[in-house]
Amino acid sequence: MSDTSIDRVAKATPPSVAAKIRGLSDRAIAWIFVLPTIFLLLAVNIFPLIWTINLSFTNFRANRPNREVDYIGLRNYERILTDEDIWLTMQATAHFLFWTILLQVLIGFTLAWLINRKFKGNDLWTTLIVLPMMLSPAVVGNFWTFLYQPQIGLFNYGISFLTGIDPSSFQMIGDVKLAPWSIVIVDTWMWTPFVMLICLAGLRSIPDYIYEAAEIDRASQWRQFWTITIPMVLPFLMLAVLFRGIENFKMFDLVVQLTGGGPGSVTELTSINLKREAFEKWRTGYASAYAIILFVTVFGLASIYVKALNKVKER
Amino acid sequence: MSSYSITEPSPLQKWLAGTLVVFYAVITLLPLVWILTTGFKSPVDAIAYPPKILFEPSLEGYVNLFTTRTRVSPEALQALPPPSSWYEEIVRNRDMVIAGPSRYGERFLNSVIIGFGSTFLSVFLGTLAAYAFSRFKVPLKDDLLFFILSTRMMPPIAVAIPIFLMFRTLGLSDTHLGMILLYTAVNISLAVWLLKGFMDEIPREYEEAALIDGYTRFQAFYKVVLPQAATGIASTAIFCLIFSWNEYAFAVLLTSGTAQTAPPFIPTIIGVGGQDWPAVAAGATLFLVPVMVFTILLRKHLLRGITFGAVRK
Repeated sequence: MSDTSIDRVAKATPPSVAAKIRGLSDRAIAWIFVLPTIFLLLAVNIFPLIWTINLSFTNFRANRPNREVDYIGLRNYERILTDEDIWLTMQATAHFLFWTILLQVLIGFTLAWLINRKFKGNDLWTTLIVLPMMLSPAVVGNFWTFLYQPQIGLFNYGISFLTGIDPSSFQMIGDVKLAPWSIVIVDTWMWTPFVMLICLAGLRSIPDYIYEAAEIDRASQWRQFWTITIPMVLPFLMLAVLFRGIENFKMFDLVVQLTGGGPGSVTELTSINLKREAFEKWRTGYASAYAIILFVTVFGLASIYVKALNKVKER
Repeated sequence: MSSYSITEPSPLQKWLAGTLVVFYAVITLLPLVWILTTGFKSPVDAIAYPPKILFEPSLEGYVNLFTTRTRVSPEALQALPPPSSWYEEIVRNRDMVIAGPSRYGERFLNSVIIGFGSTFLSVFLGTLAAYAFSRFKVPLKDDLLFFILSTRMMPPIAVAIPIFLMFRTLGLSDTHLGMILLYTAVNISLAVWLLKGFMDEIPREYEEAALIDGYTRFQAFYKVVLPQAATGIASTAIFCLIFSWNEYAFAVLLTSGTAQTAPPFIPTIIGVGGQDWPAVAAGATLFLVPVMVFTILLRKHLLRGITFGAVRK
């Protein structure tokens, strides 16, 4: 055990001063430990963010780096907010967000409730149900295009088996009406377990004695469910919705592999649209403004939501 | 009053709940079972109608996954010496010869290098930062922690624009190092938040005792805290690895040849007239099975990992 000079000084000084010296070295360690992380985040997150803000006021095109760059003020922002195609994209995103969250909350909560009935082997089945959400969305999304094939696809075959409809009479990803639902189905398949796990944690956090007290008061199970279970699980459910909301607002990999935004642009979610502007049309300045608008939207909505969540938690 | 309640369900309720959950599990696992089985189907069986549940297993998908092949005329095929291996025989049965290895091996190796490299870096940096946040008064601590988290709210495509330009300027485009740094920056928020949670659970008394025994702060961290946090660090590492392993958006935009990982590559496996589904399924199987194993190993910490430590159970 080697004595460092700081330790020797610390031993030789009265306790109050010694504490100060130790505190100083702690602070040094704290900074040494935190700084690499902060530095990396500044370099790979914050610096690019500032760069994006800067680019959003220009007409820069990344495929022509030598062309002169003009500052055009807020023109990019104006163009985006008045562009009808972008509003269509937003509508597609809203449809996707609304239905995926609704279905995942309903199915996820029901599953959690059923698993919490503590039947034999519930742990094993929970682990199996969770598998889809851990897998690579791009790889899985690509394979779903195979499952969605008319005739030979397992999905179409399953539907025809259950309903008697001819399996080659409908195309999940080729049809303008069905394509928005095809991405909702796959996302729900993949992420319902996520909501289920959070709800399960919520259900398991409710202490038994609350139900026992209600039992003594002769409250029916139905009443216990609505007055105890639901309010106690609500903060967990809201957290799950927050995570799913942010994730699906950013959704790219799964949908780009499934439908690529098509047919036409009915499944062109904001991220896919943004990718098209930035890396296919190479309108870098325009796409930067678009990115900033998206970021501000997510950040704003998330902050408001977190405030609401905290209020529910306090109750 | 019945003896069963909401906390102690009746046997009938349990049976009913169990049946419904098993039913859901079977349906939800079908696509995964389909990936596993399609990899062992012959191309004809893979696209048969009605979909085949029983089939004669074939390794053609795996052979096609790892090779590139060229078609030759039957006469030229006759003139060749007899096939020297089982996989050549499979290829010859389709009037083709093996032209060389495919790129799948390289892409898979890239996934391993970038996945492990970024996981090591993010866990290393994350452990240090988490320890500092957990034990010391860091100025603006809450703001810093929130800042670290907020970096995850940006859509990857939005971040990709400046990163693309930055990498191009620095010569990091399509390099392993560039991808490792990028994935580290994305993963570090998860690592810091998860590890801080794990470290908060280690009683401070252990280190204080070590400090009184004459350990320096660093020794106390290294010899007392790290061994205590080992399980937490391991599960954090697996979460980081799974993220880098599955990531697609950055990989598809920032890599094309040298450093391309498997997720952008697998959907591009094509055969005659469209995607070669048995080969795609074979590639997907080899790629997905490691994550399935990890998920089963991680099941106790799963919830914590996917919610950034917000729900700890």
